[in-house]
Amino acid sequence: MSKPWAAFIVVLSFALVGAGCSESSAEAGATHRIVITGSSTLAPMIAEIAKRFERDHDGVRIDVQAGGSTRGITDVRSGLADIGMVSRQLGAEERAALHSHPIAIDGICLITHRDNPVAAPTHDQIIAIYSGRVTNWQSLGAPPRPITVVNKAQGRSTLEVFLKHFALRSDQIQASVIIGGNQQAIKTVAGNPGAIGYVSVGSAQYAAEQGTPIKLLPMGGVPASVRAVAEGDYPLSRTLIVVTAHPSTGWTERLIDYAQSPRVHDLISEHYFVPITD
Amino acid sequence: MSRSRTDRWLLVGLRASGAVTGAVVLLVIAFLLIESWPASRHVGLSRWITDPSWYPTSSAADGRFNLVPMLWGTLAAAGIAVALATPLALLSAVFCRFYAPPTIARFYRRMIQLLAGIPSVVYGLWGLTALVPLIQHFRPPGTSLLAGAAVLTLMILPTIALLADAALANVPGDHLRAAAAAGLSRPGTIRGVVFPAARAGIFTGILLGTGRAIGETMAVLMVCGNIVQTPTSLFDPIRTLTANIALEMAYAMGDHRSALFVSGLALMAIVIALVAMADRIGRGYAYA
Repeated sequence: MSKPWAAFIVVLSFALVGAGCSESSAEAGATHRIVITGSSTLAPMIAEIAKRFERDHDGVRIDVQAGGSTRGITDVRSGLADIGMVSRQLGAEERAALHSHPIAIDGICLITHRDNPVAAPTHDQIIAIYSGRVTNWQSLGAPPRPITVVNKAQGRSTLEVFLKHFALRSDQIQASVIIGGNQQAIKTVAGNPGAIGYVSVGSAQYAAEQGTPIKLLPMGGVPASVRAVAEGDYPLSRTLIVVTAHPSTGWTERLIDYAQSPRVHDLISEHYFVPITD
Repeated sequence: MSRSRTDRWLLVGLRASGAVTGAVVLLVIAFLLIESWPASRHVGLSRWITDPSWYPTSSAADGRFNLVPMLWGTLAAAGIAVALATPLALLSAVFCRFYAPPTIARFYRRMIQLLAGIPSVVYGLWGLTALVPLIQHFRPPGTSLLAGAAVLTLMILPTIALLADAALANVPGDHLRAAAAAGLSRPGTIRGVVFPAARAGIFTGILLGTGRAIGETMAVLMVCGNIVQTPTSLFDPIRTLTANIALEMAYAMGDHRSALFVSGLALMAIVIALVAMADRIGRGYAYA
């Protein structure tokens, strides 16, 4: 009985050693590794910037992982990541502890189905809709149709920015549908003539241009478009930033400078965000 | 001599794979317990049931953590799906085994196998783009318990049908010939001889189907609306425990993250209860 067991253990330990070997050989290359985590809004764009940075510079490898702004902040503070991506405003305590670097600007807009005749609900009407005081489009002068309120899942940055702008609390919102990302919000609104939701201006404009039956509602009298966000008139926008725990040095500093330089403005525009020019 | 040695190696191999399978289940439970420990400690036991709603935050003191509406959501969606899928699946298996001409039966079985292989996200897409707008036409918002249960029904129907079909095929030919000799009609044979003999296999199928319905995530996430509330009508949007984990996991920190592991633990408890129940029922009926 003992012999087979011994053989089994030997095989097992070989397997473990093998796994260990492959890991250490990956580390052995003399490349510097930068880990970036955080906002899933920023992640696709930062990943492309990182790819271009790797192409232009030898000896550096960049890992980009999405997981929400809060995760980015936590990872930077705990040292798990070198750079955190954040798509919401930093809290006072976070601002004191971290160094932030703006990368781009993104607007958030309300969308309805293209066939919805309501052209421009007011600030108060939107609050009334989202807090459940108005539940039918009839109250806004449209033909009667129940309002389907589309809200984002707890923990999403878009939700936080939206709540802050309209001075609402999470538990005041009476939603009919809760969704995860921008794309799901657009699909839900496109499939429901009574729906209203909010998404990133960029993804909404892109979807509308592709023929998706949605309508971008103006905010505070300003039509929602990437250009309005760029011109600074659009009231509901957020600065997409990256944060570091210390004043950045070395590769990290070079990467952040690169991401803030005009060399990546085309990538930022491709993702329907607005580059920061001063 | 050599044969006993082969046997010994086989025995070692079998024991090892048995131990690994058992260990995986225990490890999963242990992992869930460890990960959910911080939330269980900070939130306590009763708040999972007594809190007014589900607004989790990363520190337990500010959040609200009631899991019960999602538990009902999960049970309602899966329960309705199983209740609808089981009779359809059994009828389809009986048709396939006893009434359909061989060519049609073979073709039909292929179709059901194909249905079983469709990825769940495809069902979800279909639900979101076809079923939800249809329901919403009658009762907005459309994303609802009904949509979820309907998609789940389609999803588990082939699983139950295929296993029931296999169970019916395993009924010994002697039984059928004896029934024929006794002058029983075909419906009589199926009701009185085939079903009792195939019960254990049919129950396994229903159990697997129920497990899939409870565990399904992507499709229900897409069509159920994900509002945390106890459903009072078929047209209410609901959130299931699985959808809750998938929706919030990527953004959850601290106690919120840990609370999601508690949802996982609750799911595990449902499945264990289900297996225990099936074991009891199965023992009563199994012949062999």
